[in-house]
Formats: sequence, C-alpha cells, structure tokens
Amino acid sequence: MNYTFTSKTKNICFILMGIGLLSLAGGFIADSHRAWPTLLHNAFFFMAIGLGALFFMAIQYAAEAGWSATVKRPMEAIASYLPYGAAIFGIVVIMSALHMNHIYHWADPAVTTEGSPVYDEIIAGKSAFLNPVFYIIRTVVYLAGWVLFYRSFMKRSEIERLSLDVKAWKKSQSLSAYFLVFFAVTSSTSAWDWIMSIDTHWFSTLYGWYTFAGFFVSALTVITLLVLHLKSKGLLPEVNENHIHDLGKFMFAFSVFWTYLWFSQFMLIWYSNIPEEVTYYMDRFENYKFLFIFNLFLNFFFPFLVLMKRASKRNYALLKVVGVVILIGHWSDNFVMITPGVLKDHWHLGWVEIGTMLGFLGLFGFVILSKLASRPVNNPTHIFYEESVHHHI
Amino acid sequence: MSKQIIYGVFDDEEVLISSAKALRGQGVKIRDVFSPFPIHGLDPVIGIKPTRLSNAAFFYGMFGTSMAVLMTWYMMIHDWPMNVGGKPSFTWFENMPAFIPVTFELTVFCAAHGMVLSYLLVNKIYPGRKAHNPDPRSTDDMFIMEIQTVDNKKVAGSEIISVLRNTGAIEINQKEL
Repeated sequence: MNYTFTSKTKNICFILMGIGLLSLAGGFIADSHRAWPTLLHNAFFFMAIGLGALFFMAIQYAAEAGWSATVKRPMEAIASYLPYGAAIFGIVVIMSALHMNHIYHWADPAVTTEGSPVYDEIIAGKSAFLNPVFYIIRTVVYLAGWVLFYRSFMKRSEIERLSLDVKAWKKSQSLSAYFLVFFAVTSSTSAWDWIMSIDTHWFSTLYGWYTFAGFFVSALTVITLLVLHLKSKGLLPEVNENHIHDLGKFMFAFSVFWTYLWFSQFMLIWYSNIPEEVTYYMDRFENYKFLFIFNLFLNFFFPFLVLMKRASKRNYALLKVVGVVILIGHWSDNFVMITPGVLKDHWHLGWVEIGTMLGFLGLFGFVILSKLASRPVNNPTHIFYEESVHHHI
Repeated sequence: MSKQIIYGVFDDEEVLISSAKALRGQGVKIRDVFSPFPIHGLDPVIGIKPTRLSNAAFFYGMFGTSMAVLMTWYMMIHDWPMNVGGKPSFTWFENMPAFIPVTFELTVFCAAHGMVLSYLLVNKIYPGRKAHNPDPRSTDDMFIMEIQTVDNKKVAGSEIISVLRNTGAIEINQKEL
C-alpha cells in the first residue's frame, strides 16, 4: 500500500512554509537579535526530531527488536528530514560561530583578546575548546557523520526491501552498532557546543543527556502521531493496538526520563547554590518563570497522569492530544534553553517565533510525507515482519 | 444434582484454548487452568477479568506521596526546623526540591510493597501454605482445566464432559465434593 501525498496536504505544507519565510524575513527586518535565536531554536528542534527517529531505528536493529518491523517506514520517513535539517542548522550555526550575530558570546574575538575593554578571563580560559575553527570542524563532523549514517541506513534499507536475505539485515545491525557508538558521544558533545555554550560561563555535565531526552521523546511522539495518521487513512492495517500501546509506553517512559534529568540538573545546582552555577537558573527564574514552570506541566504532569493507565495508551484520540501537548512542551522547553542566554529579559514569544515554527513544520511535513509516499508504507520483506504482525501484549 | 469438580487434562495448550472457547460458547464457566507455564492470551478466553492491581498501586503510591510530604514537613519544618546548606527552613514549599527524592522513594516503596501484599492477600498465599494443585502433572507436561458444577447450574455435568472429550481432552477426572 502506498501513501498518497495529496495536493491538498502539499498546499498546506507550502502555505506553512510561506508563513515561515514571511515571519522570518519580517523578523530579520524588524529585529535581527530576535530572529537569530528563533532560527537556531527551530532549526535545531526539527533536525533533532529526525535524529531521534534515526536513533530509535538503530536501537531496533541493535536490540533485534521484532515488534517494530511494521512501523519502520514511518521512522525512516521522519529520519529523512535529517539531511535537510542538518544543512539548514549547519549554515545557521556556522554563521553564528563566525560572529555574524550575537548568539554565542565566545564568538566575539574581542572577548578573548587580552587588554580589550570587554576581555573576559573565564571565556578566554575556554578558548582552546570554544574557538570558531575547532567549533566549525566539530559541527561539520557531527552533522556530516549523522547524514552519512542516515544515507547508509537508507541504502541498506533498500537492499532489505528487495530481498529476504538475513545477511542484509545483519549488515544493518552492525551499521547500527557503529552509529550508536558515534551517537553516544556526539549527542552529548553537540549539545554542549550548540546549546550549552550560549550561556558561556555556565556548564553542566548533564546537559547532553538532558537535550537528548528532550528530542528523543519528541521523536517518539512524532513517530506515534505519524503511525496514527497512517492508520486513520487505512494504511498500515498490520499495526494493531499493541504496537500503538508500546509507542505510547515509550512516550510515557521518556517523558519521565526527561523529567528525571531536568530535576537532577536543577536540584544539584539549587542545593549547592554556587554563584557560577546558579546563573543559568537565575536568568530563567527572573525573566522566564511562567514558561519555565509551565513546561514541567506540559512535559511531565500531563503525559504522566494521562498516559498512566493502560486503556489510555490504547486510545488513539487521547494519544494524539497528549502527543501534541508533548511536542508543544518540548518546543517551549528548547525555547527556554536557547533564548535566555541570548536575549536575557528582551524576549518575545510572538509572531516571529510561532511563524518560524510553522514554517519549519511545513518543511518537516513536506519532507517526511514525500519520503513516505516514495515507497510502500508496508514492510513485508523485513525478517521480523511475521513476528511484528503477531505482536500481542 | 451432586456437587462435582471436573478436571479436563490436555497435552497441548492450543487444544486447551480451543476447547475453552467451545465451552465458553455454550455458557460454561471455567474455574481455573493449571499449566506448567503462562499461556499467552488465555485470560480473556477463560473469562478472567483484567486485574485491578494497577488501580490499587496508584492509590498505594498516592498514600506514599502523602506520607512523605507529611513526614518531611513534620521533621524538617514543624517539629525541629533545620538549616541545611543555608536553605530557608520555615516553609515546606521553599524546601520542596530537597524533599522530592524522599517523596519519590516513599511513593515507589508504598506502591511496590502495597502491590505485593495485596497480591498475597487476594490469592491467600502465606508462608507454610500447602500447595493447591489438583494434579502434579500440571507442573510438568500437562494442562488441566478445572470446572465446577456449582458454577454451572444451566449446563449438565455430563454435557460438559462430552464437550471436553470432543474437543481434545486426553483424560477427564471427576471428584465429588
């Protein structure tokens, strides 16, 4: 069965992209200090969802998971945004590192020049790691590495699709093992580079995992929503409510995991109360208090209480509502991670931010739905297909 | 009509499931099935309702949360306010982050122990209790279905036996109560 990407859906995507371009252009004309972090925030949020989907797919291979064979096509479709997302994000982040905007405090050469009026000893001490050349090399290694892995996965996926050979699956499994090792290191270091270094004076060893938890639960939510959308179109009849239940469990579990890391990071800093550590939370409590606290309700209390019961993880309509809330929550969480370090109290959450988000949503939707339409959504030649069809919990 | 227990002995769990379906189709109520291993998908077939243990667990957890809040408030705020790391010790809420780990642990503790104790009580399992097993072969290679005539006023015992025999029971034992 093939997914048909109707012209109506395409038009919705194009309209969203148009809104995004207009908002972003308007934002740059009106106030470029506000538009840059918005661009970085949305470029990262959507790229990371693609990356999270690729990571989840690699986990399925490494764990020899059988249940997920029938939902592999949606995962691949979401991961297919990664090359586009990486290109956009790479350009934004490299321009920022070259100090074409004021996102990264350390990117200003005057800050690390001794004797200059804005010389900052702490940042100068970090310049062996945080300097534009090394930073751009790292960024290119992360992004190119992930995209190359994505392309190898897709090549292998095509071989698996056309043959029933176990050897093809085995090769994908060893590819997953290499990817997971690469991802384990780069998911943490990339979060330090791209997001934690915005608050240059501050550091947290948990930050990489915290960022990962946020985008992984977003990716799981997008996978669930896409599978539910395909089911509502009558495609993927072999996906039964047990698969949906499992995806719902992942959404529930990783919402709790995100909260665990959020709280672990917060409590240690709150308790020790050391000036150089609490600056991060001071900014957020002084100027972003409502969003900062409200995120906990969107990302923890709501999914935790609603998805706790078995029956609610099998209720498709309820899962869609929780999924949308989780995505809004993590988008807003990323906003509170990125914006305070750049704009302090001069922040807005208005048409530029939301318009840009809608634009990226349009592009994201267009890319993943085109990928989905390019091949049958079913996966009958997967070696675990039979096991997945009979999945029952 | 005498009170009677009928044991249908099967040597294959698939045959047992199809037999149970046939019996349930005639309105026969099955008391229990004894099996050497858990049979996937058996519960709805023999008419066992889904467990309510998870609902109980939620309330045990809530109890643990409340106890933890009460305990931390009484010990650290009310009875003997303590200054730990310069944190204000006059309201529970301002110190709340420090109490979250305790609250979490007590919630899990109460939910887990409450579930275990409920499970033991509901199933009447206690130390020294004699095993209730109608046929020791059900711990080895046989699957045994127990049907009591007390549960089935509308279907005659002889009819149940004939259904069991026709659907693949290799042996049928009866016991008068």
